[in-house]
Amino acid sequence: MSFDHPDAILCPGGPMLIRGNHAVEDPDGVPHGTTRPVSAVCRCLKSSKLPWCDGTHKVLPADLRPA
Amino acid sequence: MGRGYKQVMKIPRPRGALTEVLFESLLTGSDVPSAPAGTDDADAALALWVLYELHHHGFDDVDDEREWDPDLLRLRAQLERDLEARLRERWAGPPSTGLFTETFFDWVAEQDGVSLAAHVHRDADRDQVLELLRVRSIYHLQESDPTAWVVPRLGVRSKAALMELQYDEYGNGDPNRLHHHLYALGMEASGLDASYGAYIDEAPLEVLEQNNAMSLFGLHRRFRGAALGHLAAFEATSSLPSRRMMQGLERLEFPAELVDYYAEHVEADAVHEQLAVRTICGSLLEEEPELEESVWFGAFTCLDLEDRFGRLMLDRWLSAGSAAERKDVA
Ligand code: FES
Ligand SMILES: [Fe+2]
Ligand SMILES: [Fe+2]
Repeated sequence: MSFDHPDAILCPGGPMLIRGNHAVEDPDGVPHGTTRPVSAVCRCLKSSKLPWCDGTHKVLPADLRPA
Repeated sequence: MGRGYKQVMKIPRPRGALTEVLFESLLTGSDVPSAPAGTDDADAALALWVLYELHHHGFDDVDDEREWDPDLLRLRAQLERDLEARLRERWAGPPSTGLFTETFFDWVAEQDGVSLAAHVHRDADRDQVLELLRVRSIYHLQESDPTAWVVPRLGVRSKAALMELQYDEYGNGDPNRLHHHLYALGMEASGLDASYGAYIDEAPLEVLEQNNAMSLFGLHRRFRGAALGHLAAFEATSSLPSRRMMQGLERLEFPAELVDYYAEHVEADAVHEQLAVRTICGSLLEEEPELEESVWFGAFTCLDLEDRFGRLMLDRWLSAGSAAERKDVA
């Protein structure tokens, strides 16, 4: 039996999780390398740690959260 | 560096009749007591904490053989039954809103426990933060160790998922990034003793209960759901408060090593909260759907114990502080 183990997981209202090593660009085009087995890429663009999620999406009004 | 840090712990000061006799037994091999009805809560909690520590770090002045002493295990079981009864009494049962994985973050957002991080962010003074660092060290210097007990009790999917998170807690193989070691570095840089248990005599009942609940859930297979629910609630209430902690520590000019501990948790726990809810609890509940109630119980217990601890500290600080400080604490 094999299990589903996607490279990317979309979290409704929150970040996109990515597994493995990647370079992710912040909004200024500066690449940031991943440092952990799974990273959370911010999709609401309100994080203080872009390109990474810092949980800020949770305090946004529902219409500003990513789908 | 030896064993990693100064991992030398001595038996703490007793807090009542039970710990008096129990600690005597641990130190000398004299008879193990039972906990008589009416034992003081803090006395019972400290006894249980010490009994759990025999399975974790151990004590320099206690023979390692005592970890599996049947008389101590009997006392531990008695104290655990009392703790479980107390925790269950505080719980109103699972919310009726729907599936754990779909409703969990909304449920967390609705809980309105007090926030120590908000106080540290704006109002706390240096002494209050140092006090918080000391009493919280009982947790932060071991972090997710009790959750590691759960691993062999899980199915294939939830086991892999938990290890994916735990690997990050343990520094991804780099001891310099291991989370409880980062806290030790922060304590040392702040002039505190970073050896495990150094401040146990200062730890209030609420802190002992937080740590005992984690060990209770971790050490009993029947609580594997509660252990993972507790983990999910812990992770889901960490990244935003860690950011406020960082800002408060910077305001008070605490050293960079300590700020780094919280900076790491802003980023790591934004990942961990998603993993804990979606991949860890999600797969656990697909493998063992009957554990859903237990998962909620663990999650509630985590937030409830943190709220009790937060209220204790704020009451203590605000009653000592000025009326002007009193107005804005939520
Ligand atoms: S998605 Fe989490 S902060 Fe933007
Ligand atoms: Fe951590
Ligand atoms: Fe974490």
